[in-house]
Amino acid sequence: MALLEVRDLHVQFHTDDGIVKAVDGVDFTLDRGETLGIVGESGSGKSVTCLSILGLARGGRVTGEASFQGRDLLKMHPDEMRDIRGKQIAMIFQDPLSSLHPYYRVGAQIVEAIQAHEKVSKKDAHKRAVELLGLVGIPRPERRVDDYPHQFSGGMRQRAMIAMALALDPAVLIADEPTTALDVTVQAQILDLIERLQDEFGTAIVMITHDLGVVADMADTVLVMYGGRPVEVADRRTAYYHPHMPYTWGLLQSLPAIGAEQDQERLHPIKGLPPSLIHPPAGCKFNPRCPYVFDLCTREEPKLLPADAASPGHLSACHLSLEDKQRIWEEEVAQTR
Amino acid sequence: MSDNEIQPSAPAPAASSAPAVDAAPDAAAAPEPKPERQPLVRLSGVKKYFPITQGIVFQREIGRVHAVDGVDLDVYPGETLGVVGETGCGKSTLGRLACRLLDVTEGTVEFEGREITKLKGKELRAFRREVQMIFQDPYSSLNPRKRVGQIIGDPFQIHGIADGKERKLRVQELMEVVGLNPEHYNRFPAEFSGGQRQRIGVARALALRPKVIICDEPVSALDVSIQAQVINLLEDLQNEFNLTYIFIAHDLSVVRHVSDRVAVMYLGKVVELSDAKRLYAEPKHPYTGALLSAVPVADPDEADKRERVILYGDVPSPIDPPSGCRFHPRCPKAQDRCVTEVPPLEPKASGDLAACHFPLEPGEDLAKAKPGIRQESTAPAM
Repeated sequence: MALLEVRDLHVQFHTDDGIVKAVDGVDFTLDRGETLGIVGESGSGKSVTCLSILGLARGGRVTGEASFQGRDLLKMHPDEMRDIRGKQIAMIFQDPLSSLHPYYRVGAQIVEAIQAHEKVSKKDAHKRAVELLGLVGIPRPERRVDDYPHQFSGGMRQRAMIAMALALDPAVLIADEPTTALDVTVQAQILDLIERLQDEFGTAIVMITHDLGVVADMADTVLVMYGGRPVEVADRRTAYYHPHMPYTWGLLQSLPAIGAEQDQERLHPIKGLPPSLIHPPAGCKFNPRCPYVFDLCTREEPKLLPADAASPGHLSACHLSLEDKQRIWEEEVAQTR
Repeated sequence: MSDNEIQPSAPAPAASSAPAVDAAPDAAAAPEPKPERQPLVRLSGVKKYFPITQGIVFQREIGRVHAVDGVDLDVYPGETLGVVGETGCGKSTLGRLACRLLDVTEGTVEFEGREITKLKGKELRAFRREVQMIFQDPYSSLNPRKRVGQIIGDPFQIHGIADGKERKLRVQELMEVVGLNPEHYNRFPAEFSGGQRQRIGVARALALRPKVIICDEPVSALDVSIQAQVINLLEDLQNEFNLTYIFIAHDLSVVRHVSDRVAVMYLGKVVELSDAKRLYAEPKHPYTGALLSAVPVADPDEADKRERVILYGDVPSPIDPPSGCRFHPRCPKAQDRCVTEVPPLEPKASGDLAACHFPLEPGEDLAKAKPGIRQESTAPAM
């Protein structure tokens, strides 16, 4: 049985302008020790998906099922949820400055997280906090534990967040854009740290990011979201070398190549803008921006299905036939990468 | 102010025949590619220190942030000079010094051979027309209470160029040039997406037909697909209007794509200045090498193959920068000499400039390098 299994998750927000369908049918599974990379642009529903699993999608109507070790998180009483959140499923947020409380010392915040879930004395919890800060590579942790967040650099704050998330040895770690606010050199440190901690503790990780480079580096499985829905799910290599969905193609094509050999004159952006979540386009939500659109796309929303019997784990939501997908990718898209 | 002095390029305000943004006439007058390569912008020995003060009434200076600490840089007409580096390396300050949003502490900035650090009044205003800026955050760089037409039209008003109907016409032309719908003239910034807002910022920078545009992280707040749209737009505009860009960014793959030459900055100094392609293929400075290896590539096989050169610790404080080579406390190749002697920015084997006593050889594996001195910050114990 999968550790975390999300089925048909929908999250809607009622606003003055109408109902925002932020998440519109998401399914995925996560096994122990696995890393799932969720990619997509802003507003594609990646963060809301994870927040709603933890019962943090404030003001949203959440339907569907998210079973964690056999129990449905979405139907759980808030008190039960509070026990799981932080202890069994922990989360790291994008901006470490706004997710640490500026008024309390870093150590005190880690102590609070530990004491919220375990009956330990303040002294022991403090000792644990020092150990954890050392573990995530903060120099002289016994002194830095009494610093305030503003005395930490951006990378150190994110390390402190990771220390806090790992304090209770969670089974699942949700990392929402953990390195987006950081410099590449610090990003490399943090990714390295997450990888090593995963090796050590066997934590399953959901990594939300818009950076296709980070996903290529970290994820086992890649889930591409667009307009609140997953449009492609594949293992890491398939997602990058044989993707089926024109949106995935577009994302890969938009990137400037860093390899020294190729030299492109122009980038290939996806035309148009992300869809409105209040009045999404009829049929496939990507159809107004898709270069390969045909009449069926504007009528019927494609389901997320395996297109190729040879690789059943590779799902995509697109009306193009398998032959077309393979042909277009090989002949047109792969050339411009 | 005299209208004819600051408006040499546009003829009479016959609006229909004089679009706000046609090909630059002075560029057309000099069709030869590069007679002798006079730099358009020249920074020499530029330093910018920000004082740190203590006390309220009697402010004492207790230290200085060495934001930019002795930079020499030439920018040639029509090129794109990329400036990369980590947060706090002084790249944005450098951009602001080049367009005189900030005054230098020491050194000179020349534009077309003329010193601009002392300009005042009318002359300064004329210079402002030549160098414009595009900012990082399309949300905070546009006044939310002004309509788009006014935001883009403000430069015309400030410089007393076009009024009333003509201004509107020019603004709408600009909107079309950058790919916005001219009918959205009366909308507020909040009604636009991030990418569209950045186009508004581009249109505003373009309004006075500058020669140089300083782009300070113009795409880092945008999604990848939108990023590519804005980069293509900037490249098209460069070709159309013969613009020179100083492109400041921390995304190395974007910088490589747009730049002809790239300057790598570390703690207020340029540590490497090189042709963009060569910089990425054969970095000379260990810092450049480490920076490049840290960029995640969107290619799983490549990602597995590559070994990240992890630079431990953080960038040291620019208040009290390290002695000798400023990179030595984090450098995998540091030796005793690096601690005591400041390496000059000088040509290395390929002719590119690097400030390093022990530059990387082509193909050298930085991940295997061993420092000859004890490094302060080491790998976390696991």
